Amino acid sequence: MTALAALIRRDIRIALRVGGGALIGVLFFLTVVVLMPFAVGPDLALLSRLGPAILWLGALLASLLTLDRLFMADHEDGSLDLITMSRTPLELACAAKALAHWLAAGLPLIVATPVLGLLLNLDMVATGAVALTLLAGTPALTFTGMIGAALAVTLHRGGLLMAVLVLPLSIPVLIFGVAASQAAITGPLSFGAPFSILCALSLVSLVIGPFAAAASLKHGLD
Amino acid sequence: MNGLKPGQMQLSGRGVICVRGGREVFSGLDFEAVSGEAVAVTGPNGSGKTSLLRLIAGLLIPAGGTIVLDGGDADMTLPEQCHYLGHRDALKPALSVAENLAFWADFLGGERCGAAESLATVGLDHATHLPAAFLSAGQRRRLSLARLLTVRRPVWLLDEPTNALDVAGQDMFGELMRDHLARGGLIIAATHAPLGIDSRELRIGGGA
Repeated sequence: MTALAALIRRDIRIALRVGGGALIGVLFFLTVVVLMPFAVGPDLALLSRLGPAILWLGALLASLLTLDRLFMADHEDGSLDLITMSRTPLELACAAKALAHWLAAGLPLIVATPVLGLLLNLDMVATGAVALTLLAGTPALTFTGMIGAALAVTLHRGGLLMAVLVLPLSIPVLIFGVAASQAAITGPLSFGAPFSILCALSLVSLVIGPFAAAASLKHGLD
Repeated sequence: MNGLKPGQMQLSGRGVICVRGGREVFSGLDFEAVSGEAVAVTGPNGSGKTSLLRLIAGLLIPAGGTIVLDGGDADMTLPEQCHYLGHRDALKPALSVAENLAFWADFLGGERCGAAESLATVGLDHATHLPAAFLSAGQRRRLSLARLLTVRRPVWLLDEPTNALDVAGQDMFGELMRDHLARGGLIIAATHAPLGIDSRELRIGGGA
């Protein structure tokens, strides 16, 4: 237990230091969302209709942006060797790393959502709905993305491969995340159904992600 | 069992075959080391010294043969009882010297001695709050050595351990290795330079 806590603490600390990944994701999110009103034009009704989709797209891309480095950095400096050798099961270590990544890079996106909602003419309920769906959905993005990050290490190819592998897996999360937000804002569908599916996607990826990533890392021992 | 004294350990490999990238690096390799013994693995570049260490550490899967540790902790696998000191230092440039060491001490767990004490032993006690990014190659190596001291493990797998160490550092490291052997540990080191302690040579590859 102390081992996993130490791993989470270390990864968060690195992400929050200068040059770490946490700030990059939030800045990217901010850029995408801030630029969107300029691209769409001053149509407030259109903006608020597109708002949830824009926020979700921004969050999706921002969380993938830093995810490909999840195992690569540890692989390059040899830390991954020691983590593989340790008494801590690799699956748990993978889960701890993903959790740390979500806490450092995913949670700030959700915190930033209410502020960015203002720029997209979203009211309180709409912003709340988007933030809630992001809270339920971004763990799925991180934990499925982790599989791609582990494959990127074992196949010795970086970011591009990871994007190709992970994006299809994140499409269901995007669909149900935006569907749930829209349902809360405009109806007529109920919020509960897509939101439950979103939560289910997160729970499934919480279970599958660490095992798949650990299997990939073990298979690619080199 | 198998003629070992209580508390003594024996690391042995029988008919170990290593295949990397479809090429057979070495085959039919036999070796053994008992507590208090250092084995220097020598051989030309590409003969598989690092591969042998990684096989023992469980970071490569042998294509054939067995590697076992007799007399160790029965609850732990061989890699869990090994320290692996590779070419790469496993240090995070963003973290300070003390943070790097504290992380590995917490993560690897087990019996340990004080981090501050081991930093003093390797001569880094004046730089504990410096980010690892500012360390020289020799200082990074010293910090890696501090990890071996802070977390006690019986088997040390060292890959070119004296690289980047200055003369004083090599003397200090020789002293550390002698202490480790005296405590009943064993050392497998891949090296070109003399190790600085009495060791048995295991020559692999080339036949030269």
